[in-house]
Amino acid sequence: MSGARKSAGMPIEARRIALYLVLIALMLAAPFLFPGFRTQLAALWLMIVVALAWDMTGGQMGYNSLGNVFFYGTGMYVAAVITIALAYDVGEYTSAAGGGIHAFTDAQYFAGMALGIIGAGVFCAVCALLIGYITFGLRGPYFAIGTLGVAIAAGELVSNWEWVGGGQGISLPVYPGDLETGKVVFYFLFAAAGIALFVLLRWLYTTRFGAAMNAVRDDEEKAEAMGLHTLRYKLAAWSIAAFFVGAAGAISAFQLIHFEPLETAYQTINLGIFMVVCVLLGGKGTLWGPVVGAVLFHVFKEVTWNYLLGWQWVALGALIVVTVVYFQEGVMGYLMRRKPEWFGIRVGREAE
Amino acid sequence: MSAIIEIRGVTKSFGGVVANKNLSMTVEAGGITGLIGPNGSGKTTLFNSIVGYHPIDAGSIKFEGREISKLPVQKIARLGLLRTFQQTRIYGAMNCVENMLISLPHRKMRLAQSFARNSAAERKRAAGLLEFVGLYEKRLLRAGSLSFGQQKLLEFAMALMNEPTGLLLDEPTAGINPTLINGLVDRLKRANREFGITLFIIEHNMRVIMDMADTIYCLAHGEMLAHGAPREVQNDRRVIDAYLGAH
Repeated sequence: MSGARKSAGMPIEARRIALYLVLIALMLAAPFLFPGFRTQLAALWLMIVVALAWDMTGGQMGYNSLGNVFFYGTGMYVAAVITIALAYDVGEYTSAAGGGIHAFTDAQYFAGMALGIIGAGVFCAVCALLIGYITFGLRGPYFAIGTLGVAIAAGELVSNWEWVGGGQGISLPVYPGDLETGKVVFYFLFAAAGIALFVLLRWLYTTRFGAAMNAVRDDEEKAEAMGLHTLRYKLAAWSIAAFFVGAAGAISAFQLIHFEPLETAYQTINLGIFMVVCVLLGGKGTLWGPVVGAVLFHVFKEVTWNYLLGWQWVALGALIVVTVVYFQEGVMGYLMRRKPEWFGIRVGREAE
Repeated sequence: MSAIIEIRGVTKSFGGVVANKNLSMTVEAGGITGLIGPNGSGKTTLFNSIVGYHPIDAGSIKFEGREISKLPVQKIARLGLLRTFQQTRIYGAMNCVENMLISLPHRKMRLAQSFARNSAAERKRAAGLLEFVGLYEKRLLRAGSLSFGQQKLLEFAMALMNEPTGLLLDEPTAGINPTLINGLVDRLKRANREFGITLFIIEHNMRVIMDMADTIYCLAHGEMLAHGAPREVQNDRRVIDAYLGAH
C-alpha cells in the first residue's frame, strides 16, 4: 500500500541525501572555517577511519581485535621505509638520525608519500591475511588477547631493529612548502581515507558478504554448519580493514614527521584502545556508530585534555567504564531501538 | 533405492565413555529414516560424527559414495548434507528474511559473487519458504525475538533454502506446541516428497517418527539395538525394554 509509505515532510530518501550533502559541505569547509584546529580535525578523521575499520571485525563479525593498532604502526614504518629508500640507503639514513641532514626533493617527497600510503595499505592487508590465518582460530577473548599480543610483540621487535632506527624511531622530511598548506593536505588525505572507507562499507554491508559477516557474529558454528566459507569472509574483511588502518598510519607518519615505535607507532594503550571505545560509544555493528562515536570521543578527549589536565586519564577511564557497563548499545544502538522509524525499519502490518 | 549415507563400523568415544560402538546403518536416498533411542544413547553423537563436527575413532562414513569422515563441517555442508541443531540455532540479531538469504547454497558461491546483492528470485524463494513454514507474517522480526518453536520452523526453512540433498534433523518436534506438530510433520513429508530431500531424523515422539519413517534404527548405550520397518521396531521387545528401563 503506497499510502502507508508517505510520512510527514520529506520522504526518507530525500532527507538522507540532504543530510549527506550537508555533511560533505561541512567536511570540505571545516579546515577553512576552523583554521586553528586543522591538525585536530585531521586527527578526528584518523579516529573515524580506525573506528570504522575496527567495527568491521569487532562490530559486524564479533571478532574483537585489540591488535588493529599493529596495522597502524606497520603502515607508518612501511611508508617511511619506502620514502627513504627512494632517495637514500635506509640503514645509513636511520643510523645518521639526528646527525646528518638529508634533503629530499619535492618529487621524491610526493612520490614517497603516494607510494608509501598505497604500499603501507597493501602490506598491511597481506599481513592481516597471514596473521588472521593463525589468530582466527581463536574465539572470543582469546582472539582479543592473541591480536593484542601481536601488536605488542611487533612494537618490541621494531624497537630493537636498528635498520629502521630502533627505539629512537624514524624522522621523515617536513612537508615541503607552506606549513598551513601541509596541514590542509593532511586533513584532506585523512578525510579521503575516511570517506572512501565509509562509502565502501555502506555498499559492502548491503551485499551477501555483509550478511555473511553478521552470520559469523550471530552464530559462527551455525554458519559453518550451513557451509559458509567463514574463514574466507573473516580474512577478507580484516584485510580490507588493515588496508585502511595501514594507509592511515602512513598518512600519520608524514604528518607527525618523527615517530618512535612504542609510544607512537604501536601505541596499544592509546589508539589501540581508543578505536574500540569510539565504536562502543557510537554503537557496535552499525554503519554510522563508529563515525558518531569517533566524533564524540575525540571531542571528549580534547576537552578533558585541555580543561582537566592531570585528570584527563581518569575522565577517559570513567568514560570507558560507563560505556562498557551501562551503555553497551551505543548511541546508534540506542536510537535504533527507540526510533526505528528514523532508519526506515517497519515491522509487522506497517511493512505491508 | 540406493544408499545416500552409508555408515560402517563407526566408533566414537569421549575419554572412557564409548558413545558410539561399531555402528553400521544405511540411509536410503529419497526416503525418511528415523533414529531413536533413550536419552544418552548416542544419537546426537552419531549426527555430529556424520557432519564432521568431531573426528571418529574408527569406521567409515560415506555420502553419495564419497568418504566424508575426514572432511570438516563446512565442506560436508557444501556437498549438500546439512543438519539442524537440537538446541535450535539461528542468527538472532538478523531478521527472518536475512536469515533465509544467508542460507543460500554456498557450495556454488565464489568470493566475487558474495559481493553482489541477493537477486529478486532469491528473495522470492525466501519469502515462499517462509510462507511454507508459516512464518511469512513474522519475516521482518528479529529472529532472536521469535518463540522457540518458531525458531525451529525458521531453522527448518533455512535448511530448505540451502537446497540440500540430505538433511539430518535433531528432534524437529521437541519444544513445539502439540497442535503445531501435525503441521510440521506434514511439512517434513512434503519437503521429502516435493523437494526430494532425503531426511534422517532423531525423534523422541514415537507417534511422529512411526508415522513418517520408512526405516527406523534404535540405539541404546551407543550400540545398535534394532532396526527395520516402524512396525517391527515398535513391537521389538528389546526396544520396549530399553525405553522402559528393563536393563
